[in-house]
Amino acid sequence: MAHNDQVVCATCGGSGPCDGKGRETLRAGVWVTNPVSVQVLGICSALAVTNKLENSLVMGAALIFVGVGTNLFVSLLRNVTPRRIRMIAEVAIIATFVIIFDQILKAYYWEMSKQLGPYVGLIITNCIIMGRAEAFALSNRPVVSMLDGLANGLGYAVVLGIIGFFRELVGTGALFGHQVLGADWYTPNQLMILAPGAFIALGFLIALYNAITGINKLEGKGS
Amino acid sequence: MGEVSPLIILVAAIFTNNILLANFLGMCSFLAVSKRIDTAAGLGAAVIFVMTFTTAINYGVYHHVLVPTGLTFLSFIIFIAVIAAFVQFVEMFVERFSPALYHALGIFLPLITVNCAILGVSLFMIIRNYTFMQSVAFGFGGGVGWTLAIVLIAGLRQKMRYSIVPVPFKGVAIAMVITGVMAMAFMGFAGMVTIQ
Repeated sequence: MAHNDQVVCATCGGSGPCDGKGRETLRAGVWVTNPVSVQVLGICSALAVTNKLENSLVMGAALIFVGVGTNLFVSLLRNVTPRRIRMIAEVAIIATFVIIFDQILKAYYWEMSKQLGPYVGLIITNCIIMGRAEAFALSNRPVVSMLDGLANGLGYAVVLGIIGFFRELVGTGALFGHQVLGADWYTPNQLMILAPGAFIALGFLIALYNAITGINKLEGKGS
Repeated sequence: MGEVSPLIILVAAIFTNNILLANFLGMCSFLAVSKRIDTAAGLGAAVIFVMTFTTAINYGVYHHVLVPTGLTFLSFIIFIAVIAAFVQFVEMFVERFSPALYHALGIFLPLITVNCAILGVSLFMIIRNYTFMQSVAFGFGGGVGWTLAIVLIAGLRQKMRYSIVPVPFKGVAIAMVITGVMAMAFMGFAGMVTIQ
């Protein structure tokens, strides 16, 4: 079960493959090493904000913004940052971008900011951002690092979008707040918008991903 | 929020508004360490300790430094700095004065800085406008609730090694599903006490 050993915060040991360049980088971030479904990073927010499709997409946008910005600056500063304090430097850069996004959200989309609550601030401790800065941006040129941030943000956003789509659709019969499934015949399954539905939806999504890629089939043979 | 007793907040943070099962905080380290009961309990103890104290410190910093100076937009970066500094300090302190405890908790301490539950509790404290005693009760209760959830699930995951799980579900996927079932069980506590 070597696959399971990847379930370590990238900041604290495990790190994803980071040798791709250009198109490879993009493909790795979105599909091959998708941060949520393969590396199982940053799932706090993947669970918390996906009760509505709209929230999920805003959160995905936040991750893309912070990921691209952080990777760019970590990469630009990689030759002047002393190794000993690189973690705190990374956290400071991440926090700066999170604050910028949070302030924009508060200024223009107050309702959305209220709904996301503390989860925007929690991007600071989101393992995906820190993990990519540590594993990729620290040893690569700025442009390809930005691409890596974009790819991982996209991979995250896509997974959140899928979970948000099903949770809102099944849980309320609506999408983006508009009733899609007729209220006269569809009885919403409220479990899906509550906490247990989030865990179960993500569990099934990971299982589906495993079934498509056959990850467990190869590695599960021995166990 | 002035009128709610800290005791009620404590109970609510453990059962009805469990930080892991209802607010999804601390999932990263949760999946990594919930494979064995003893490691889960070790990390849990460290989380309770750090969470209680960082919430208290962050309360002081927020209300007595950031609010008077109008710098509340910096709260994210200040909170994470406080948490990192506190963890570092505890690590040095424990290493110096209690090597036995250091061996038991030491490996978990660096993990805690990036545990989103710790930062999350401080952020919730601000959003819900808790008083000092309420914040401390919330921090302590949040830690206990997190530990309770992680130890219970570690127990289930230990047993699950002997069950037949469909191949695609092996590993993380089935862990998420049983966490969902556990969350459903905890919803049974809802209504016992209500806080916002």
